[in-house]
Amino acid sequence: MKRTNKLFGVAALFNSPNEIIHAAKVIADNGYKNFDINTPYPVHGMDKAMKLKPSKLGYITLAFGLSGAVFAMLFMYWAMSIDYPQVIGGKPFFAFPAFVPVTFEVTVLLATLSTVIGLLTFMFGFPHNKQPLLDTNYMKNVSADKFGAVIYADDPQFNESKVKELFTSLKSHSVELVFEIEKETYPIFQPKFLMLLLAVAVITSGTTYFVLNKLLFMQPFNWMVYQDKITAQEKSDFFSDQYGMRTKVEGTVASGFIPYPYSGQTNPTETLSNPWLPTKKVLMLGQKKFLTFCSPCHGNYADGDSRLRGQFPNPPTLHSARAREFSDGMIYHIITNGQNVMSSYASQVTREERWAIVNYIRVLQRAKNAKDSDIEEIQKGLINASR
Amino acid sequence: MLQDNVEYQKKDLPIKLSQLGWLLFSAGLFLGVIGFFSDQHRALLNYLMAYMFILSIGIGALLLIALEYVGGADWSVPIRRVVEFLAAIIIFLPILVLPLIFNIHDIFHWAHKDIAAADEILKGKSPYLNETFFIIRVFAVLAIWGLFYFLLIRNSNTQDKTKDQLLTKKNIILSAIFIPFFAITITITAVDWLMSLEPHWFSTIFGVYFFSGSVVASLAAVTLFVVKLKENGYMHPELVDDHLFSLGALQFAFINFWAYIAFSQYLLIWYANLPEENFWFLHRWENDWQYLSILLIIAHFIVPYAALLSQPAKMDPKRLKFISIWILFAHFIDLYWLVMPNVNGYYFSWIDIIVPLLAIGVIILIFNYRANKSNLVPIGDPKLQKGLDFRVP
Repeated sequence: MKRTNKLFGVAALFNSPNEIIHAAKVIADNGYKNFDINTPYPVHGMDKAMKLKPSKLGYITLAFGLSGAVFAMLFMYWAMSIDYPQVIGGKPFFAFPAFVPVTFEVTVLLATLSTVIGLLTFMFGFPHNKQPLLDTNYMKNVSADKFGAVIYADDPQFNESKVKELFTSLKSHSVELVFEIEKETYPIFQPKFLMLLLAVAVITSGTTYFVLNKLLFMQPFNWMVYQDKITAQEKSDFFSDQYGMRTKVEGTVASGFIPYPYSGQTNPTETLSNPWLPTKKVLMLGQKKFLTFCSPCHGNYADGDSRLRGQFPNPPTLHSARAREFSDGMIYHIITNGQNVMSSYASQVTREERWAIVNYIRVLQRAKNAKDSDIEEIQKGLINASR
Repeated sequence: MLQDNVEYQKKDLPIKLSQLGWLLFSAGLFLGVIGFFSDQHRALLNYLMAYMFILSIGIGALLLIALEYVGGADWSVPIRRVVEFLAAIIIFLPILVLPLIFNIHDIFHWAHKDIAAADEILKGKSPYLNETFFIIRVFAVLAIWGLFYFLLIRNSNTQDKTKDQLLTKKNIILSAIFIPFFAITITITAVDWLMSLEPHWFSTIFGVYFFSGSVVASLAAVTLFVVKLKENGYMHPELVDDHLFSLGALQFAFINFWAYIAFSQYLLIWYANLPEENFWFLHRWENDWQYLSILLIIAHFIVPYAALLSQPAKMDPKRLKFISIWILFAHFIDLYWLVMPNVNGYYFSWIDIIVPLLAIGVIILIFNYRANKSNLVPIGDPKLQKGLDFRVP
């Protein structure tokens, strides 16, 4: 770096932290305001020795930390309670405890980022790579194993010979004059620079375009995205009608398929008979399937009082006289075929499970309308009330 | 920089301190006995709170000593004796615990064999929660603490005379062994004495919760004693505000830690909302207990946090004195909040006054007793001068 003849400051080197603390005290006591200390590591008690005022950095941290807390809380309130309210885990829309961790994180994030950025911009004058102390013998030493003090030339009571005298009296082993750096200007809009900028722009955008739109669609980079097989809705050149998706060959039947001849009928004339006896195993299966597929609408005890009540057309209770007079086959038919708003459950529940549900509904109906004779039967041990 | 001969002249603590201790202790004891005969159950719960208050300060102080050795801290060496005097509480705990042991049936309902046998959950917990094993655990924990206290303090006191540097190394090893023991024993203590008041309830973080509260409380007690002794010229003359800053900063840190742990416990239980867990918090949010819950948040977190936030506040003796008393008060509220809502239909009563009287009286008496037996400054510690030279950056 080229230097002018203008003096920037006088720098002195010391050997130990005690010497530098003492030097800082003496310099501050002599009334110098514009001076600095450089040490290879933080020396405790330096702020006091230099008579520095407390740093203002904390106020930036506080302001940004507080605004982070307020911003995070308000944003979550707006997002979760006003703009898109959703019930999550049965908690209120404004679920304060759940918002606290996020608020804490945003507070810490803004506080720390603002501290670092505030330090670099306000305190250091970022980028500040033209500090005259840089690239001097002084700076080399204080960033290794020496402790340095520098008094700047713009201090109101700066006097070169007096400062030198002060440093010698403090037993500094090397005193150095530091001169200002010559100002250099770098014009931004040089043709060369603009050409470089243009070249970089063309190369990067061209490469990006080529990679993302061409290269990744070539073998082997496409990782077998394109294959010879025909996927759904695709045209086929193999078949004469050019349909990729084929229909079943006429007359084929899936294995295990049993036709249901009454589908679409509201009240089949023929009665179906229940193949299951109400054993414990069957009733347990029926209860399980009933609670899974039927209870969301009909309720856990088939009262028609389900948890979806009000959000859906209300289903009837299965304890009405009409429902109780249904034959087993009729209930089976309703599950299989659907009725009114209720759709068919044939695809979700197998035939055996449907019959088990029918048996379980019978249990519910009987329990709901228990007669005195039932109690007698329990006492006789004909019914096992404890399951 | 490092000098061998630290100038320190031992002074006895003023008689006023022991008088104050005896006054508080006898008033607390007198009221406690009256309370015991007017409302035995309540008086016992209050004594449990007083015992936990004393215990938390003593064991917190022992942990602070161990932390100093393990962390290699210099700044706390000049004030270590104050911490040691508070840790002396530990050797008196086996006596203080006796009233609770003799009345164990009035405090813990799981201690009744017939109740425990009729309760499905208590039956499952009975291999741990039974009277014999409980008493074994209580005294085993106190024995472990007493052993480590005895060894650490003996080394520290011997060092005053011999100035043997090896003793510091021995204490470092002892402290490193003590800390895992501490983690287990403090959890056992918290679970046994406080969590089992509501034996159906469980929270795995509860031990940490009690630990954070007790460290905060013992730091507050240490700070209060240090500031008071320094003001009256009993501490080393080179002890300055920078040392207080470290105490204030530690207090601030542990206040945050307490809030973090307390909130974590609440958040997880609130989120899951399981009936076997949430009833503990529901008890603390109904029948006017919610005001105490809110007071706890304000007193134990918001006020100390705001008061200690700025750097100058952490080294201001007046502020530290006030906030230390405040935190001790908040710790009392914390214990009240842990113990009392377990009892249905209990609200504030005059009996509750005996806790602070008795607890503070006992702490002052033990402190005074120990302080008159050894130096207020560990003059043999090799790190003493370095500690005195400590300055905040």
